[in-house]
Amino acid sequence: MSESDVVSGIEIRPMSERPKSVGRSWHLPADFFFHKAAVFAAFLVAGVLFATIIAIAFDSRTSIHAFGIWKFLKSSEWNPVTQTFGAFPFIIGTLVSSAIAMVLGVPISFGVAVFIAEIAPVWIKRPVAAAIELLAAIPSIVYGLWGLLIFAPVFARAEPWINDKLGAIPGIGLLFQGPPMGIGMLTAGIVLAIMVLPYMSSIMRDVFLVVPSSLRESAYAMGATTWEVAWNIILPYTRTAVIGGIFLGLGRALGETMAVTFVIGNSNTLSSSFLMPGATIPSVLANEFTEATTKLYVSSLIYLGLILIAVTLIVRFLAVLLIRRLGRREGAAA
Amino acid sequence: MISIYARRRSVDVTSKILMGAATAIGVFFLFWILWTTLKFGVAGIHWDLFIKDTPPPGTNSFGLRNAFVGSLLLLSISLLIGVPVGMMGGTWLAEYGFRSRTANAVRFINDIMLSAPSIEIGLFVYAVMVDPMGHFSALSGSVALAVLMIPIIVRTTDEMLSLVGSDMREAAVALGAPNWVVITKVTWKAARAGILTGILIGLARITGETAPLLFTALNNQFFSKDILHPIANIPVVIYQFALSPYSNWQQMAWAAAFITVLFVLVLSLVARWFLGKVQVPK
Repeated sequence: MSESDVVSGIEIRPMSERPKSVGRSWHLPADFFFHKAAVFAAFLVAGVLFATIIAIAFDSRTSIHAFGIWKFLKSSEWNPVTQTFGAFPFIIGTLVSSAIAMVLGVPISFGVAVFIAEIAPVWIKRPVAAAIELLAAIPSIVYGLWGLLIFAPVFARAEPWINDKLGAIPGIGLLFQGPPMGIGMLTAGIVLAIMVLPYMSSIMRDVFLVVPSSLRESAYAMGATTWEVAWNIILPYTRTAVIGGIFLGLGRALGETMAVTFVIGNSNTLSSSFLMPGATIPSVLANEFTEATTKLYVSSLIYLGLILIAVTLIVRFLAVLLIRRLGRREGAAA
Repeated sequence: MISIYARRRSVDVTSKILMGAATAIGVFFLFWILWTTLKFGVAGIHWDLFIKDTPPPGTNSFGLRNAFVGSLLLLSISLLIGVPVGMMGGTWLAEYGFRSRTANAVRFINDIMLSAPSIEIGLFVYAVMVDPMGHFSALSGSVALAVLMIPIIVRTTDEMLSLVGSDMREAAVALGAPNWVVITKVTWKAARAGILTGILIGLARITGETAPLLFTALNNQFFSKDILHPIANIPVVIYQFALSPYSNWQQMAWAAAFITVLFVLVLSLVARWFLGKVQVPK
């Protein structure tokens, strides 16, 4: 309790300790029911999280019985005809596409956040921040449409170049080989990077603004450059929350469905190249769910969903935890 | 000495240029996406879209009436479910729960739900509603969308009610008002711009959601108002039409995407405008 008292800061809500009951107010049934309705709603909200896990675990029971846990995770055979299902290609696809999104998205998000918080003049700050936030408002289906019909054809023209330059490097060259189709793992990663950019950059920008101006101003007074202030003062101060913001973006990337389904190519076989089509857990769910005919097939798809939930839940838990930690430290220092 | 200054300066200038470039990349993609949606969307706009139903494959006509009606129906039912639950949940957090351990736990879970991938919610509603009922239905689609929008409303309601000064509450309590009257007539009223912002943002978030609808409402080629059966809706129509080989279907997908984006952007702008009206006490 002592710690959480510090969190929200007593100064912000000085008299939030409202009187529990005043005179005859508790005798009014309306008051009673209003309170109970509020309690019910709040616990309903919290209960959905647990209900989601339980319901999905329950619906994947047929598949868990048939394939077990370890065998399902490492088997790469996904064949509805023989009713053999394995999650390995989709797990790898999900992880690889999200990893590409993070490698591209994190530095760009950091750049955007520092630009808006530290570098940009005031008149440019607001419109640019609004524009980046509008990226988050665009529905993922529109990203998919754009990615498939506009971006992929453009990207297909760049792929021979990537093939020539990066594909020639021994070792990692293997990752960049294949026919220039425009769709595939790398395209999915790029589209995901654009999609998670606004989430990560707005968290980073928000926490950058939490840094006490005394710290920032002292550094400038010592003659530090903008870059030095950003890298040596602001980033260390906000490190945990920045990592939290990255996890938040990662959680989004892992679970993103529609945009990925459009551009990844939907191939159930594993390929060593980023330029080849693949599939992620959400994309295979979106693609095959309505076509799944047998009970085992549906159950295996839901089992994939269970794996996705387990992973994204951990990532989201860490994200929320880390982002909140900064507020806690801030409160403790005050 | 000079070289140190020169190096620091060059690092600083390079980093500023790189960060400006990062921002430019972000803004560039925004405009690229918006521009193509506008270009192809406006080209695909046709009066028939609003008065005819989706055409069968192979024919060269246009129509999205059933999908528009379906989407509006889905959104209305999700608002009917999501707004009361979200507002009451947020009210409990801000007015009854305060900073108690339970309230903080609920806030934490709500924050986790806030970033839940929509596909998980779709699977959840499939497991608890579609599977037991035996078929896809508009009602389950609305429930899925409501589950996605509730955490947003809970959070904004909680935050906005916390901004209301306690002097107002105390004044009302001193006049003898019972708690529920204080909340409904004083604090809700004081925070209404903020709460409305939350509802609008929630609505904007679920407007284009496709993934959960694939597991719940699915699609319907025909006009339907029956909420217990599959219903046509814009996002799933975009998904199916975009991947089709027919050019009129693809055109319709763009037109539908354009209208969706326009609707979401207008909602976001109105939400921003309302947020500007929220008075932050100092």
